[in-house]
Amino acid sequence: MAGSGTRVPVIKTYKIYIDGKFPRTESGRSIALEDSDNAVIANVCRGSRKDFRNAVVAARKAFDPWSDTSAYLRGQILYRIAEMLEGRREQFVAELTLQGVSRRMAKKEVDASIDRLIYYAGWSDKYQQIFSAVNPVSSSHFNFSVLEPTGVVSILAPNESSLLGLVSNVAPVIVGGNTCVVLASEKSPLCAVSFAEVLHASDVPGGVVNILTGYREELTGQFASHMDVNAIVYCDGGSDVAKSVQEKAAENIKRVISRVDEDWSVDAAQSPYLIKQTQETKTTWHPIGS
Amino acid sequence: MSLAAVPKIRRMPDLGQVSLVDEVGVIERVARFQTRSIKNESKTEALKMILSMIDLTTLEGQDTPGKVRQLCQKAIHLHDAMPGLPHVAAVCVYPTMVSVAKKALGENKINVASVATAFPSGMAPRQIKLEETRIAVEDGADEIDMVISRGAFLQGEYSFVFDEIAAIKEACGKAHLKVILETGELGTLDRVRRASVLAMHAGADFIKTSTGKIQPAATLPVTLVMLQAIRDFYYETGRMVGMKPAGGISSAKVAVHYLVMLRETLGNAWMTPVWYRFGASSLANDVLMQLRKQATGVYQSLEYFSKD
Repeated sequence: MAGSGTRVPVIKTYKIYIDGKFPRTESGRSIALEDSDNAVIANVCRGSRKDFRNAVVAARKAFDPWSDTSAYLRGQILYRIAEMLEGRREQFVAELTLQGVSRRMAKKEVDASIDRLIYYAGWSDKYQQIFSAVNPVSSSHFNFSVLEPTGVVSILAPNESSLLGLVSNVAPVIVGGNTCVVLASEKSPLCAVSFAEVLHASDVPGGVVNILTGYREELTGQFASHMDVNAIVYCDGGSDVAKSVQEKAAENIKRVISRVDEDWSVDAAQSPYLIKQTQETKTTWHPIGS
Repeated sequence: MSLAAVPKIRRMPDLGQVSLVDEVGVIERVARFQTRSIKNESKTEALKMILSMIDLTTLEGQDTPGKVRQLCQKAIHLHDAMPGLPHVAAVCVYPTMVSVAKKALGENKINVASVATAFPSGMAPRQIKLEETRIAVEDGADEIDMVISRGAFLQGEYSFVFDEIAAIKEACGKAHLKVILETGELGTLDRVRRASVLAMHAGADFIKTSTGKIQPAATLPVTLVMLQAIRDFYYETGRMVGMKPAGGISSAKVAVHYLVMLRETLGNAWMTPVWYRFGASSLANDVLMQLRKQATGVYQSLEYFSKD
């Protein structure tokens, strides 16, 4: 070693995740994240509407191939995400504690996140059977309904529960063949960016999950209004936010899914019905002989 | 009778005199164009100008009369939900589709451009190229997009290429001639410059980068070199020549960069569909989406625009 003094630590740059790459925000802006003692713990990107636009383009491009992959493969990939997360538990626990979560709760949250991925991985090739149907009709038709992914989903991840809440909302969306653009927790965005790194190492094709950091105030309207987004999931805010999101979403009749004030730490927060919320039912009338 | 009106004998230029291109300088200059901030009203106007300059193109072996008619409908009705939009400059098709396009466009002031001369390779005997050109013009093509013989050019047979362009120009009659250099096969910017000079002296009304069948197609550096050649040719002869970058320009943002480059290299006189075109198939819808975004503030989806 050249010097004999103390080593200068290398601080991580938290970047956004678009189309399987980690660019900085095109706006060049950043947010200095502080802990409870007002000491800067990290700089994160202050994502802009153009970052969001680019992310939607990536998500749209990724949608066809991702929705065409077999349910079985999507399940394996979700399982793989869980495996990679398991290997980096300590990093996530450290990041959560850095952002003010107690070490005990942080461990619990990381474990629950891994388990939640396994849960949805298991559902990948099963929800279709549960929700599909052969329908009795009075004419000479074989009539059946199946689920198809709705398309690109924008997700405003919960502000609290910055890792588990994010995982709990992303997993049911992508396991059903959708692609998504996520706005990370504004208060605690670090785990979202590290989770993007986990996704990146988990055979998830680029563009299937895109993760932005930034201000709710600035981006919620864009998440709700973009004409190429088919559904929006939001997890925070009062009636004013709900009203604004619903009005903007009405322009192209997006599915609006409210998961406000959900407690993500309990088992009841995981359900195949969450998968179904971003699926469309396609019913086919197939003529048959009488 | 003014001098300009006297029909000129076309003379082969001395390509040894063509100045060499400073490649690093070109790349740095091009980077500058991409930093210009074009916003709000300027952006809206730029987008409309881009629409008016588009040669809406379909050049596929699988083209059918139905496909060409559909393209012509797109050219006429770009996006009727937004009144006041300009129409595209031309529809660009293969010679066999010229009559179909001509009929489909009817009275609308949209030109029919036809590729000719054994597009895209150009590998055919001269009389076949001439005959193909004549047929396309007879069928009603207002513009002919020819390809140069790149093989001959690369071999240094410049007079062969010159004579060929001059002969096609003659066969065009009243139709405008665009000369495709296929810059992706020329290799260096020096050759692009030389081919541009050759084509303009041989009678090209337009010079065009690419067929769209070879990668790289149109790029900003190649287009800048061609624009500079047009500028110097204008200073030398007083004759304006048009420019058409084609292939690979599919986003409105990039097209705006091309316009900035045009404005800063040739000036306002060239900023019209008479002197500048974009050869593109998917550019129009992206421009329309941006225009709609400018008007509504909401990012758009291709779902709501007709296919082209």
